[in-house]
Amino acid sequence: MKEYLLGNAAIARGILEAGAGVVTGYPGTPASEIVESVVSFDQKCNLHVEWAVNEKTALEVAIGASWTGTRAVTVMKHVGLNVAADPFMTLAYTGVSGGLVVIVADDPFCHSSQNEQDTRRYAQFASVPCLDPADPQEAKDMCIYAFELSEELELPVLLRPTTRVSHARADVEVEEIKKRNSNPEFVKDPARWVMLPAHARPRHTELLKKQDAIKSALTDLPWNRLVLRGDVGVITSGIAGLYAEEAIKQLEADISILRIGTFPPPDGMCSEFLEHVTKVMVIEELEPVLEEYVERSARENNPDLKILGKRTGHIPREGELNPLIVRNAIAEMIGSPLEEVPALRDAEEILPPRPPALCPGCSHRATYYAMMQAFGKDAIFPSDIGCYTLAVRMGTIDTCLCMGASITVGSGIRFGGEERDICCSIGDSTFLHTGLPGLLNAAYNKARITVAILDNSTTAMTGHQPHPGTGFTVTGERTKAVSIESIARALGADSVETVDPYDVDATIEAFKRAKECPGLSVVIAKQSCVISALRAGVRRRPFVVNSENCNGCKKCVKFGCPAIEFDGETARINVLCTGCGVCAQICENNAIEVVVD
Amino acid sequence: MKTTECDIVVVGVGGQGVILISNVIGKAALKAGLPVRGAETHGMAQRGGSVMNHIRLGCEFGPLVPAGSADIMLALEPAEALRYGHYLSRDGAALVNTYPVLPTTVTTGKSKYPPLDEILAPLRKICRTVKTLDATKLASTAGNPQTMNVVMLGVLSKYIPLREEILIESLGDSIKTKYLEVNRRAFELGKGEV
Repeated sequence: MKEYLLGNAAIARGILEAGAGVVTGYPGTPASEIVESVVSFDQKCNLHVEWAVNEKTALEVAIGASWTGTRAVTVMKHVGLNVAADPFMTLAYTGVSGGLVVIVADDPFCHSSQNEQDTRRYAQFASVPCLDPADPQEAKDMCIYAFELSEELELPVLLRPTTRVSHARADVEVEEIKKRNSNPEFVKDPARWVMLPAHARPRHTELLKKQDAIKSALTDLPWNRLVLRGDVGVITSGIAGLYAEEAIKQLEADISILRIGTFPPPDGMCSEFLEHVTKVMVIEELEPVLEEYVERSARENNPDLKILGKRTGHIPREGELNPLIVRNAIAEMIGSPLEEVPALRDAEEILPPRPPALCPGCSHRATYYAMMQAFGKDAIFPSDIGCYTLAVRMGTIDTCLCMGASITVGSGIRFGGEERDICCSIGDSTFLHTGLPGLLNAAYNKARITVAILDNSTTAMTGHQPHPGTGFTVTGERTKAVSIESIARALGADSVETVDPYDVDATIEAFKRAKECPGLSVVIAKQSCVISALRAGVRRRPFVVNSENCNGCKKCVKFGCPAIEFDGETARINVLCTGCGVCAQICENNAIEVVVD
Repeated sequence: MKTTECDIVVVGVGGQGVILISNVIGKAALKAGLPVRGAETHGMAQRGGSVMNHIRLGCEFGPLVPAGSADIMLALEPAEALRYGHYLSRDGAALVNTYPVLPTTVTTGKSKYPPLDEILAPLRKICRTVKTLDATKLASTAGNPQTMNVVMLGVLSKYIPLREEILIESLGDSIKTKYLEVNRRAFELGKGEV
């Protein structure tokens, strides 16, 4: 039976059809929907699904589950594997018991990420296999196979979709969801699970010995496809294979094609291909992983082979590929005419940019307004990853490196010798992810900084997922709601205050007090995300500008709320207003009032 | 050689329901027995950002419509129609809702929103057909301005190789039953504009 599924939903189907018992992850675009789809497909809650506190935690939990013989999977975006890299690298030594699939979604072009790293490099680094799907059907099928492969090799297996697979949709064949075998047991075996040096050394040797078994297992899979035609060819990885197939059909060209979907690639198939062609173009997104393999293989199998790709400048190393880039690359190789790449050109000059912005009524906008009033433009504002990063146009986002870095970078800026005021900002979910060690470090190593924790009681940017501060799990069950205020005190902050950012004066005063604190001060700006509030049924009276009192100073307009417009003479509030009331407090002329009916 | 039967790009502002109607079209194609591919932009719904979805009917290749190849652009907002105009093929049709949504760069005074004819003129030079309508006004007539996307779906139904009944059935699968009637009215009003 076929269904029109999002790539991530197809992967979730694969997880359930393979009979996984534990699913963990941390929200991150483009991976988040995988965990959410597992929850919505598996209504009977037959398996343990969790949003973990961060990706290292998520992977470690999945590892523990795998070591009882239960099939487990962990889900994250590409930079999440950096957080999970510590357990991941040594996991390759210990190996797994129940199949363990590590699903890492890459984001070529950084549609929603701070970098565009290539997860296949991690597969090389850890010496474990990686499957590279080209579309939602492959993603699902590979996910199911990954569990089998993992159990056969007793190794973790990486599955790495990219944005154009995870957020693509296609008609996908779905099967029955299997009941999972349940005979879980943790079998004691310190030589395997305890990585003391004396145990680790032989495990490394074991891992290296397994490399041949990996290659042999990947040889006959349907996702490595060889079609021999003329003596000019393309070798592709993942989705680039689909772009290449389409180009070859459109060009009606006599081109051989080798589509690779597994790492390491199959030696036999590759040498057969390389011996057949005299010129080849390697087409893959991001790193030249496949290209380097082809170069090495050609040295043995066809030293005169002409290889085009990233090294020759024919395929970009940054950004994502698309059908036109690939078509033109292939056309150039065979001497066919290129398609002109249409671009915006003149239109760009007259169109106003439309970047994503903080929502009307967003509490972060209010918090940053108060922060700027108290600290002034000259202070330094390290920040972090979340919806609040969109406030960069307010001048209160001076750094954004990776999850949890605002507090630590802020400390480093202080220790480096900067004397000006430093006010870091971090969201509630980000704080619980990796901000905790940063705050502890700031207290312990005596950083004189202010930390603003923006607590809107959700993980908003990635789709409003719950976290330990919200009191709900991913399945909607109630659980402990940890107190961020208590945590901040326990980690050693000298002063901790909680304020409502919708109360502008109180928030400015709290920031002023924090600014004067000679040690480590924490201000928790606590107000529900406006979208969460609307969904929960909270309705506030909207506001309106009294144009008689408005003198056109534009103070409210500069605040930047999408609900506030300027019609040339006076300000105007439109239908988007959610009634937060912040602009009314900012206005110096009492020109903004709540609507009374 | 043709690699797809009909390539469509749906553009608009986050929150206008671009993903919803893209899914309706995709599911309808599945019902009609066509292979179908699509690509989405996520995350912009609450944040008012620019959105483009791709839908490829009768296609078994990648999900992205090559720039310059779209047979149809369904534009829920006029500025976005021009912003993605370069995806249209010369023979393509642009179906454009003329009701503007001002971005924050305009409401805060940093940029200007161009008048409609300055948006439509370059668009008319790119492709063969430009059909315009105030779909937001029609949606209000249907009973709910949020059904604007379904008004546009009604317009689209006259241009794509999918039967109307299948589109309506797919629409019914995608929305709550209590909203079905107002959405059907919106669909009819859109269809009636062609």
